[in-house]
Amino acid sequence: MIELQNVSRSFTVGDQQVSALRDIDLRLDAGEYISVMGPSGSGKSTLLNLLGLLDRPSSGTYLLDGGNVTDLTDEQQAQVRREKIGFVFQSFHLVPRLTAAQNVELPMILAGIAPEERKQRVEVLMQNYGLSARADHRPDQLSGGQRQRVAIARATVMKPTVLLADEPTGNLDRTTGWEVLKLLEGLLEQGITLVVVTHDAEIGARAHRQIHMLDGAIRSDERHSA
Amino acid sequence: MKLTDTLLFASGSLRGSPTRTLLMILAMSIGVASVVVLTALGEGARRYVVDQFASLGTNLVIVLPGRTETAGLGPGMLVGQIPKEITLDDAEAIAASRAVKRIAPLTVGSATLSRDALNRDVVVLGSTSDLLEVRHMSMGIGKFLPAGDIHESASVCVLGNQMKQELFGNEQAVGQWVRLGDRRFRVIGVLSSQGESMGMRTDELVIIPVASAHQLFNTSGLFRVLIEAKNRDFIEQAKRDAEAIMFQRHAGEKDVTVITQDAVLATFDRILTALTMAVGGIAAISLAVAGVLIMNVMLIAVAQRVKEIGLLKALGAPPKQIRSLFFAEAALLSSIGSIAGLVLGYVGSTIIGQVYPSLPVSPPWWAVIAACGTALGTGILFSVWPARRAARLDPVAALAGR
Repeated sequence: MIELQNVSRSFTVGDQQVSALRDIDLRLDAGEYISVMGPSGSGKSTLLNLLGLLDRPSSGTYLLDGGNVTDLTDEQQAQVRREKIGFVFQSFHLVPRLTAAQNVELPMILAGIAPEERKQRVEVLMQNYGLSARADHRPDQLSGGQRQRVAIARATVMKPTVLLADEPTGNLDRTTGWEVLKLLEGLLEQGITLVVVTHDAEIGARAHRQIHMLDGAIRSDERHSA
Repeated sequence: MKLTDTLLFASGSLRGSPTRTLLMILAMSIGVASVVVLTALGEGARRYVVDQFASLGTNLVIVLPGRTETAGLGPGMLVGQIPKEITLDDAEAIAASRAVKRIAPLTVGSATLSRDALNRDVVVLGSTSDLLEVRHMSMGIGKFLPAGDIHESASVCVLGNQMKQELFGNEQAVGQWVRLGDRRFRVIGVLSSQGESMGMRTDELVIIPVASAHQLFNTSGLFRVLIEAKNRDFIEQAKRDAEAIMFQRHAGEKDVTVITQDAVLATFDRILTALTMAVGGIAAISLAVAGVLIMNVMLIAVAQRVKEIGLLKALGAPPKQIRSLFFAEAALLSSIGSIAGLVLGYVGSTIIGQVYPSLPVSPPWWAVIAACGTALGTGILFSVWPARRAARLDPVAALAGR
């Protein structure tokens, strides 16, 4: 469960203060499927970065699973990211010199998990995502869809409670985009909280809860039963 | 993150940019190799000099005429008086000292050595039977000078190995007569080949009894008196005795110089060790330069891998871990560079040893340790800043490649 209380984030650009988020109050329940939509500069990426602990709010409180994570040190926040949060990016962000399997293994290496267990978990995931045949290929030898599937495998290998996807289909063609989205939606069955930031109204409409943002504030927050 | 994983990851990123990695290893190894080679040369020179002195003899005290000291002006110097020469009697008086095991008086001159039509200008050494022991010479064939009264001249000579070869070839030399200046000498022995020692080639010497040499060169003064002290502990006493005896015999004038081999050796040893350390230190500067290079390249690597660092942060790598990844890279680079440098350095010293066989070239252990230590130290020290910079990157900006 995620709760943002009165969260604001402002940046200093030159000598001007620019507010990216203003007084956001938001509560996301475990297992929810949320899409965040809005024009460029409306603050959706900033919101996602705050949720993923990549950024700190200028003011306000962030509760994750009941605990206040706003005031944690960098080291502690890194641990929370490692254990509870998965990221999927528009441009995949795979490490080019590592193979698909090694990219998936990376979060477990950082977490200090034993090699045998790492190998086993990578194998299972690669199998599930239909990547077994491409396990030893480097990112530049993979198609866009395959790369994003590797990235999703990497994001889920630590079994996070929240998956944050920033324009996950933005760099993919329509068909592959849908496949990737299906894959992400499949994770809901495991009880993951899925947050998708998107421009695409059609994709956004698939979420059970749709948040529209404008000028750093939530303009609408609608729930649909699937 | 486990240590092995850190090292594996670091070596992976080093392999990711092979040219950069190879250049850094090259810079490191050249630094280490130059320390190794230069100190090996310095150490070789030191050991060469030490060996030369050791081959002179052991526990040696040397008396030479004249006062070579800057401590003040002797009365004799004011009137241009030539210092009194050391005579055979002086030498015998010194030999009576309790601290002295044996002595060898030495007269040096040059003369023409001839046998039939063969002529050769040679250095002639006039001495006594004890010279063989004092100077650590060894006989090839025949006998050395006979023992007995040192005032007694005898027409016998001992040839250096090369002299024998030049005059007699493969013929039997012992028992034959040769002419030295205007006198005839019978060859009674040939020295074994010994090479060079302190710039004097014993192979090219002719040794005759000291009294004969005095007649041949028409002198009565000695060039040196070599004293072998009873043992190491008696060296100082032998020196004091020699000084006292000469002081007394020369009517209260200090007109001889007495030096001990140990003192000379210790001086050379100090000078050459200092020299070795100096060249080693200069070479170590190149290691520091290599360290700066590592820092520079690391900073570029951080800039180039901003996105990767951002990703690692997003995946939950704390700043400490990112720092240690960069440290691991620097440590790997430095250790591979050190090993390559050591190999390079040893190969280099071996080649120098082949080219100059008389120089005992081998890098001293302290230089090898210092070189590797400096390489590792500078490598890791100079990666502190890049590593901190990487660890401090803002993850959002880093992911966006800014």
